[in-house]
Amino acid sequence: MINKLLVANRGEIACRVMKTAKLLGIQTVAVYSDADANARHVAMADEAVNLGPAPSKESYLRGDLIIEHAKTLGVDAIHPGYGFLSENAEFANLCKSNNIIFVGPPASAIEAMGSKSAAKRIMEEAGVPLVPGYHGDDQQESTLKKSADEMGYPVLLKAAAGGGGKGMRQVWNESEFTQALNAAKRESMASFGDDHMLVEKYLTRPRHVEIQVFCDSHGNGVYLFERDCSVQRRHQKIIEEAPAPNMSQEIRERMGEAAILAAKAINYEGAGTVEFLLDEDGSFYFMEMNTRLQVEHPVTEMITGEDLVQWQLSVAEGNALPKTQQELTLNGHSFEARIYAEDPANNFLPSTGTLHLLQPPEQSSLVRVDTGVIQGDEVSVYYDPMIAKLVVWGESRDIALKRLLHALGDYHIAGVTTNIEFLKRVASFSAFQAAELTTTFVDKHNDALFAEVKRDTQAKLPAMALLAILHRRLGKSMDVFDKHSHESSPWFTTGAWRANSTYKEQVTVLVGEEEFHAKVNHTLGGETSEAWEVVVGDNTFIVSGSINNHQLRANINGIESRYTFAVKDDEFGLFNQDTHINFSVVAPSHGDDDHNNGNSNFDAPMNGTIVAHLVKPGEQVKKGEPILVMEAMKMEHSITAPSDGVVDSFYFEPGELVDGGALLLEFTNADS
Amino acid sequence: MPVLRSSVNTKSETFIANRDHMQAQVDDLYEKIQKISLGGGEKAAERHISRGKLLPRDRINALLDDDTPFLEIGQLAAWEVYDDYVPCAGVVAGIGMVAGTECMIVANDATVKGGTYYPLTVKKHLRAQEIAEQNNLPCIYLVDSGGANLPRQDEVFPDRDHFGRIFFNQANMSAKNIPQIAVVMGSCTAGGAYVPAMADESIIVKEQATIFLGGPPLVKAATGEVVTAEELGGGDVHTRISGVADQLANNDHHALSLARNAVSRLNREKPQLLDVKEPKPPKFDPKEIYGIVPKDSRQTFDVREIIARIVDESDFDEFKPLYGTTLVCGFARIFGNPVGIVANNGILFGESAMKGAHFVELCAKRKIPLVFLQNITGFMVGKQYEHGGIAKHGAKMVTAVACAKVPKLTVLIGGSFGAGNYGMCGRAYDPRFMFMWPNARISVMGGEQAAGVLAQVKRDQKERAGESWSDEEEAQFKQPVIEKYEEQGHPYYASARLWDDGVIDPADTRLVLGLSLSAALNKPIEETQFGIFRM
Repeated sequence: MINKLLVANRGEIACRVMKTAKLLGIQTVAVYSDADANARHVAMADEAVNLGPAPSKESYLRGDLIIEHAKTLGVDAIHPGYGFLSENAEFANLCKSNNIIFVGPPASAIEAMGSKSAAKRIMEEAGVPLVPGYHGDDQQESTLKKSADEMGYPVLLKAAAGGGGKGMRQVWNESEFTQALNAAKRESMASFGDDHMLVEKYLTRPRHVEIQVFCDSHGNGVYLFERDCSVQRRHQKIIEEAPAPNMSQEIRERMGEAAILAAKAINYEGAGTVEFLLDEDGSFYFMEMNTRLQVEHPVTEMITGEDLVQWQLSVAEGNALPKTQQELTLNGHSFEARIYAEDPANNFLPSTGTLHLLQPPEQSSLVRVDTGVIQGDEVSVYYDPMIAKLVVWGESRDIALKRLLHALGDYHIAGVTTNIEFLKRVASFSAFQAAELTTTFVDKHNDALFAEVKRDTQAKLPAMALLAILHRRLGKSMDVFDKHSHESSPWFTTGAWRANSTYKEQVTVLVGEEEFHAKVNHTLGGETSEAWEVVVGDNTFIVSGSINNHQLRANINGIESRYTFAVKDDEFGLFNQDTHINFSVVAPSHGDDDHNNGNSNFDAPMNGTIVAHLVKPGEQVKKGEPILVMEAMKMEHSITAPSDGVVDSFYFEPGELVDGGALLLEFTNADS
Repeated sequence: MPVLRSSVNTKSETFIANRDHMQAQVDDLYEKIQKISLGGGEKAAERHISRGKLLPRDRINALLDDDTPFLEIGQLAAWEVYDDYVPCAGVVAGIGMVAGTECMIVANDATVKGGTYYPLTVKKHLRAQEIAEQNNLPCIYLVDSGGANLPRQDEVFPDRDHFGRIFFNQANMSAKNIPQIAVVMGSCTAGGAYVPAMADESIIVKEQATIFLGGPPLVKAATGEVVTAEELGGGDVHTRISGVADQLANNDHHALSLARNAVSRLNREKPQLLDVKEPKPPKFDPKEIYGIVPKDSRQTFDVREIIARIVDESDFDEFKPLYGTTLVCGFARIFGNPVGIVANNGILFGESAMKGAHFVELCAKRKIPLVFLQNITGFMVGKQYEHGGIAKHGAKMVTAVACAKVPKLTVLIGGSFGAGNYGMCGRAYDPRFMFMWPNARISVMGGEQAAGVLAQVKRDQKERAGESWSDEEEAQFKQPVIEKYEEQGHPYYASARLWDDGVIDPADTRLVLGLSLSAALNKPIEETQFGIFRM
């Protein structure tokens, strides 16, 4: 019996596990790092213990410490969530040796699947189909390269210990191999402490279809159908759905049975996911097995009506599976969209900041939001930048998709750049609507997806300009109020009046990395009414409106619309069903105070850690050559030379944490 | 509440004809100002911008608080006065709000003859300073000027109200704690160098602005020393070595933000001088003024129709409404501030003048600002009136107006002729601000009258000499006089010579008065001491 459960995780998954535990009357214990002291998962738990500093290595990955606290607090079981210690066999063993139930598979199963190369061997033996690839122990570059050359490019380099896209690189031709291998190894080492690599044939039009399996300690195994996770960016899933569209019952059954075969081959227990690549011809290949509860498990819950965490806890207690295969039914369709703090337009670079507006859509049995943050929380550099999972259900794929779009429209987040608008683009894109899914979906439709984002932003410029002006006026009246003891002065009630002419200004806004311009003519100001002419390209809009709390009422060419907005310093967020724009108003440059003009390109793009200097101080570099690698959110970013020149010095050593905007290095242009 | 009623029929043919006529005049004004606002022209502007400099109006826009008005003065200064094209007299000036404080801003336009000072440039600069001094407004000089216009040195240098007066004013305003802030954004040569040097605080833009008494050519000629402008008097020199300037700015925007900072820490509180109510717009559309003012300037109109479109809620409490009816006096509010309005509604008689004097006395005693709406052909003439003492009655009004220390604001909404101009607070009577409508005319008398008087004198001469003078000859004689009066009485002609502070769109009258009044109320209102009223 589990009476007290420690959740060795943070964020939305910790909250999600605790929710079920509470329903079952189980007491909960949260763990947290210094950065998470006020986090939602801590507030939700009955008890909470601090693990240490923010970096995961010093907190959430401290299995020893977690066990110690678990013992002190009389914990019966530990749920590891996903990530962190969830697939750490050593930790599972540690639990066992301390008589604490590890809510997950036996250590042996984790071990078996933990190394992808070993996993593939096992699956090969069990008769599960595999993608051509090299899974050997000989890790010499020449061996790896030879195998890649033999199977033909493109190939995929994968960290044997990896997951979640980390330590993974596509290689499109021979010449890229070495650099890609080094980068993948470095990432793998940083993320998993191991740089063992696999080489696989890279299928160009595959779908990523995975089967949810469940096994108990009594030798029973069922599959809870499939999920299609094809839509990915940088090998991370962004929209998942269940069931997979256009999936025949026959293939579903074959895959389900193959998945159970795979699980049984390693004496699996609990929740697991067997990932397959499904090719156009219906053939499928085993990719890997995830020995944990997946991020995207809610879509399975929505179509089966089962609570997978409840199943996990039941199996962990030694019970038989709650249902047999025959008792499981697949009902309707479900989508999950992962809402990230990231900038799709800037190569999906993670963004950090304070969530000063966080308005999720209304929740119901049809719309579910799994999140670990509340308004005012910080999205920090230390952890995954996922803000929430938005999950919807519908009787059919079309109905569910419409509901997804609407719920995305109602999701309003300011303070960090999010991918919501991008998710909406993807979900409303014709190929997505038609379920033409492959893992290359985003890359393939990249230009079209981003063209629409840009056009949409342009269309919102009148509303953005209006908000900026109204807010500016509000701020001004606050400042000026002190100076004038009454409101009567026409100096601040009549707008930017000019004698016998019109005040015209240019409003420039920055959305992500891109600047947009609008001309604003203060023609229609006055004592009794206020309106502006906003000129965007060749189009002129007559704009008026008002702001009140977080509501903007905008009248643009006679059409009234309402928006929610947020503002913090110079950062605005503007939202309604069709609008999710975070922008800032660009103020004119005040120039540089010193003379290091050339160095402005070397600001850290975000908070992160310096990984490597790729050149030595004093070394000559060519334009475009990578100079320095930094890592943020477990993703690597290169800083390249803007021109030929010399790197004079680095301001940070590898391993050091830097703040976004910090000057990283000194560079002298070859011309100067 | 004595709210004015309007009997204007906006659908009538007369109204429409009047409106179209006024609209044409306003359109012409906007067109002229549009051209003037471009400064020295596209090429000069391009050259200016290519040096990383902002145009003077953009500098002012960046200096001002966002979304606030700019009450520009002397827009038409030097318009068609010189053979050279000197729009705005090469200097943009006006009142604007900076960090919540109303300031006088004077910005040289280097695209106009290098920003050099023509006689009217000097006059405009001095007028701006006068406004600042009379109304207690901090001054911000955006300096970008080559100094005095050398070919016209005799008209700009030696006299009392010439170039030197600028620095005299700076010193004396500084003495009265009317802050003087200079932002040097371009050349600032010779006499001009004293603008930042005499300022309380000065800011200079690096690698762009220079201050020196003698520029490199003059230095070379005088001493043979070869030196670059930057070495001689650049921002670095003056902020690190000479101390002529206080703060070094990176560019125009930076300099202007430093100036805003400077104003924000002046420790100035605007005094509360009046019993202010919440402002309420007039009940009638100010734009209707266009249709009320007759197309033919000889026709009369009820000035109350104008007042109803200027004052809060069209609420006007008339003083002595049944007496001396050709002068309308009364109490009203403009943007919540109490004002006394004195407006012509016909020729001035003795009664009207006495009523006016009485009303001005009331306002001066109660410290209520005065607004004069001038539309006056003059005082009544003729035996009966001279015997009735029209001259002394007129003198009473002139005395009252001359001595009243409350802020006086004058708008010429029609004719401004003869002694009527005096009694109605013309330029010589120191109104804090004076504006003209495009239909207004100003001269010692109307063109017809002047021609008539001159023709009469001529006819007398001819008759004494026994010569005959035909009606055609007389008409020929009168025509050029009429034309000359028409040209010289035109608002552009007047404004070009800074006889007023600007020509305004009649629909903006309320706003211009409101802004002017607000600016004027920065200075505490003095007690008035009247001179002897001839009884």
